[in-house]
Amino acid sequence: MPVITYREALNQALREEMQRDDRVFLMGEEVAVYQGAYKVSKGLLQEFGEQRVVDTPITELGFAGVGVGAAMVGLRPVIEFMTWNFALLAIDQVVNAAAKMLYMTGGQFNMPMVFRGPNGAALQLAAQHSQAWESWLAHIPGLKVVVPGTPYDAKGLLKAAIRDDNPVCFLEGEMLYNTKGEVPDEEYVIPIGKADLKREGDHVTLITHGKMVLVALQAADQLAKDGIRCDVLDLRTVRPMDVDAIAESVRKTNRAVVVEEGWELCGVGAQVVDYVQRTCFDHLDAPVLRVHQADVPMPYAKNLEKAAKPDVPKTIAAVRQVLYLDR
Amino acid sequence: MATKVMMEALSPTMEEGRLAKWLKNEGDTVANGDVLAEVETDKAIMELVARGDGVLRKRLIGEDTTAPVGQLIGVIAGKDEDISAMLGGAGTAPSEPAASASAPAAAAAAAPAAVAPTPAPAAPAAPAAAAAGAVTDGGRVKASPLARRMASEQGVALSQVQGSGPGGRVIRRDVEAAAASGVASTAAPVSAAAAPAPADTRAAERPAAKSGGKPAAIPVAPGMAIDGDARDVPLTQMRKTIARRLAESIGPVPTFYLTAEIDMTAVAALREQMAASGDAFKVSVNDVVMKAVAMALAKHPECNAHWLGDTIRYHARVHLGMAVATDDGLIVPVIRDADRKGLGAIGREARELAGRARERKLKPEEYTGSTFSVSNLGMFGIDQFTAIINPPEAAILAVGATETKPVWDGTQFLPAPRMRVTLSCDHRVIDGAVGARFLQTVRHLLEHPYLMLY
Repeated sequence: MPVITYREALNQALREEMQRDDRVFLMGEEVAVYQGAYKVSKGLLQEFGEQRVVDTPITELGFAGVGVGAAMVGLRPVIEFMTWNFALLAIDQVVNAAAKMLYMTGGQFNMPMVFRGPNGAALQLAAQHSQAWESWLAHIPGLKVVVPGTPYDAKGLLKAAIRDDNPVCFLEGEMLYNTKGEVPDEEYVIPIGKADLKREGDHVTLITHGKMVLVALQAADQLAKDGIRCDVLDLRTVRPMDVDAIAESVRKTNRAVVVEEGWELCGVGAQVVDYVQRTCFDHLDAPVLRVHQADVPMPYAKNLEKAAKPDVPKTIAAVRQVLYLDR
Repeated sequence: MATKVMMEALSPTMEEGRLAKWLKNEGDTVANGDVLAEVETDKAIMELVARGDGVLRKRLIGEDTTAPVGQLIGVIAGKDEDISAMLGGAGTAPSEPAASASAPAAAAAAAPAAVAPTPAPAAPAAPAAAAAGAVTDGGRVKASPLARRMASEQGVALSQVQGSGPGGRVIRRDVEAAAASGVASTAAPVSAAAAPAPADTRAAERPAAKSGGKPAAIPVAPGMAIDGDARDVPLTQMRKTIARRLAESIGPVPTFYLTAEIDMTAVAALREQMAASGDAFKVSVNDVVMKAVAMALAKHPECNAHWLGDTIRYHARVHLGMAVATDDGLIVPVIRDADRKGLGAIGREARELAGRARERKLKPEEYTGSTFSVSNLGMFGIDQFTAIINPPEAAILAVGATETKPVWDGTQFLPAPRMRVTLSCDHRVIDGAVGARFLQTVRHLLEHPYLMLY
C-alpha cells in the first residue's frame, strides 16, 4: 500500500471528489495560484480551472457567506480557512447561517458544504494562532465536526464530508500535514461518526482525536514496555460522537483517560467523561482522567509552550494514575 | 510455593506504612526471617521480614511510597515459578521492562477477570450485599463502582476488603484478591454449589452476601493478648446502658475528671534522704508518682482495665504507660509490672525508655500493652491539667508541678509542697466513686511513702 503524507491524502480526496462531482468547488485565501498556504490544493487550479478553484480576498466572513449561498443554490463548496483561528471572523456564517439553514427554512435548504483548514497549535505561533476549536464547533446543533489524525482517515473522511448534505467542519492538523501513513489506491469513504480503535489493549482506554492520536499512540508504545496495554480509541468525529465505541472499550478496560488538544473547561473530553459516567458507571474502577492544554492562552516562549501542551509524559502519568500505579 | 510480601501492621495503630528502603533487590535469594525492607510506621522505623524462602521476584512499590496495611508489595517465589496469579490485574504491571517476562502471563491471567462476569443483563446487583458492605464503623466504604458491582456479584463483603486505592478505596484488584482468598466472603462454597446451575446465581448470591456483611472483629493489638493474668467480664445490661448513654452524651469516650491536691512533704523528705545516701539513690518526683500509681492500680484493678466494646478487660498485671514528648509527637513507652518494681528500677527504666523514645528507637512491644498511663507536665510548671485517655485504657493520670503553698494545719498556715493530679476516667468502665477511691490510695501512698516498702 502506498505511503503518503496527510497533505497528499487531503489533496487526493479533493481531486477525486472534484472529478466525481462538478458541483464541488474550492474557495479560500491562496488556494489557487499559490496552491494553498499548506499546499493542500496543489495542482487543483491547473486541473479544474479558476471557476472551481477560487482565490478570495482576506475576507473570511465574506467568502464563508458566498459558500453558504452557493450551497443554497445546489453547489457543494469546500471553504478553506488558512487556519481555524481566522475562521473566528466567519463564525456567524458557520454558526448562524450554515448550521441553522436546514432547520430555519423548514427543510427547504440543505447545506452540503465543508469548512476546512488547520486547527490547533503548531510551534511558537503564540496565543492567537495556537487554538483547538473542535469543542466550540461541536457545541452547535446542525454542524458535524470531523478531526482526522492520520492520512488514511483524512482522505476517507474528507470525501465523506464533501458528500454529506450537512455543513461539516473539517479540522486538520498543521503539525500533521507532513506525517505519513498508508493510503490505498482504491477508493474508500469513511463514514462520519465512527470511531476507530487504533490500538488494542485491555488495561486502560485512551480516548482521543486529531493530533493527539499520535501522542496517545506514542504513550501507548511506551506504556507497553511496562506491560501496560492500552486501547487507543480515535474518535475521528467529535460530532456526532461514537458513544457506542467509547462504552464498548471502557466496559472492557474499566478505566479511561481522555487526551485532547484544547482547554479543559467544556472541552471534548468533558463530554466524553459524561458519556462514560452515564453509560459505564458500574464498570469504572477509577475516576476518568483528562489530559489537555493548560488553562492559559498558548505561551509563545518555547519552554512555556511545551509546558502548556498535552504530551506523552502527561498522558503516561494519567494512565499510571488510573491504574493506581502512582499516587 | 510463592509467598506474598504484604505491608504488615508493624505497630498496633499502624494503618499504612512508608517503604523507606528496600534492603533486597529483585532476584535476590531470601530466607524466612530475612529483613526485606525498612518501613516507617506511625511510630518508628521498623524492619519488614520475609515470611517464606525463595527469590524476591517482584517489588511492587518503590521506596518512599506509602502503602496501606494489607497491600501486596512484593512476591517471594521460586526462581522460575509462575507468579502471575499473585500479581493479577493491571495494577501490578511491572515498572521495569527487564521484569516483563512475567508480565504478559500476569496480565493474561487477569484479563478474563477484567471483563467482569455479567451473568444476565437483567440480574440486578444483589442489593443485600451492597447494603451490608456499604457501611463500616459508621462510615461509608470507599469503592470504585466496578469493585462495588463485582463484590455484589461475587458475594464479597466490601466492609471486609482492604482497599489499596487512594484513601483506601476498594478497587477491582482488592475484590479479586478477597474473592480468591475467600477471607472476606462466605460465598465461595455457595457459588461453588451453584456452579452447575448458573441460571440460578441470583438466588445463590443473596444469602452469601448477607452472611458476608458481619463487621470485622475489633483488632487486638500485640501485647494486649489475653493470658492467665487477666479476665474478661462480659458487660451487664446496666453496664451496656451506662456505656451507650454516656457515650451519646459526650463522644466516643465519655470522660470525667477527678482532681486531688496531694501533700508532697513526705515525698520531698524521702527524696532528700535518698539523695543523701549517694547519687545512685536519687529518684525523681515522677519515679515516686509512678511507683505509687502502680501500687494503687494493683490494689484497684477496676481502674487497671481496657474497654473492648463488648467486654471490659481487667488486668491483673500493671503495665504503666508513661507519656513522652518527642520532636515527632507523643509516644507512650511502657514499664511492665511496675507495681513489682522498686523505685530505682522504675526510675532507670523510665529514663532509658524516654531516651530511646526521643530517638524513635522504641520497639513496638515497648510502647504497646500499657494498662494505665501517666502524663506528667510538672517539669513545665503546669499546675494542673487534664490528659486524654489512651484507648482502650480506662483512665490516665495527669500530674502537675509541685508547688509550695500555705496550708492550714488547724491553728496556722504553714508552707507545704503540694502537687495536683487529675484522673481522667472512661465512665463506661470507671464510675466516680471507683475513681475517687483509686485517687485516695494514690494520695495516701504519696503522703506516706514508707507504705510503698510494704
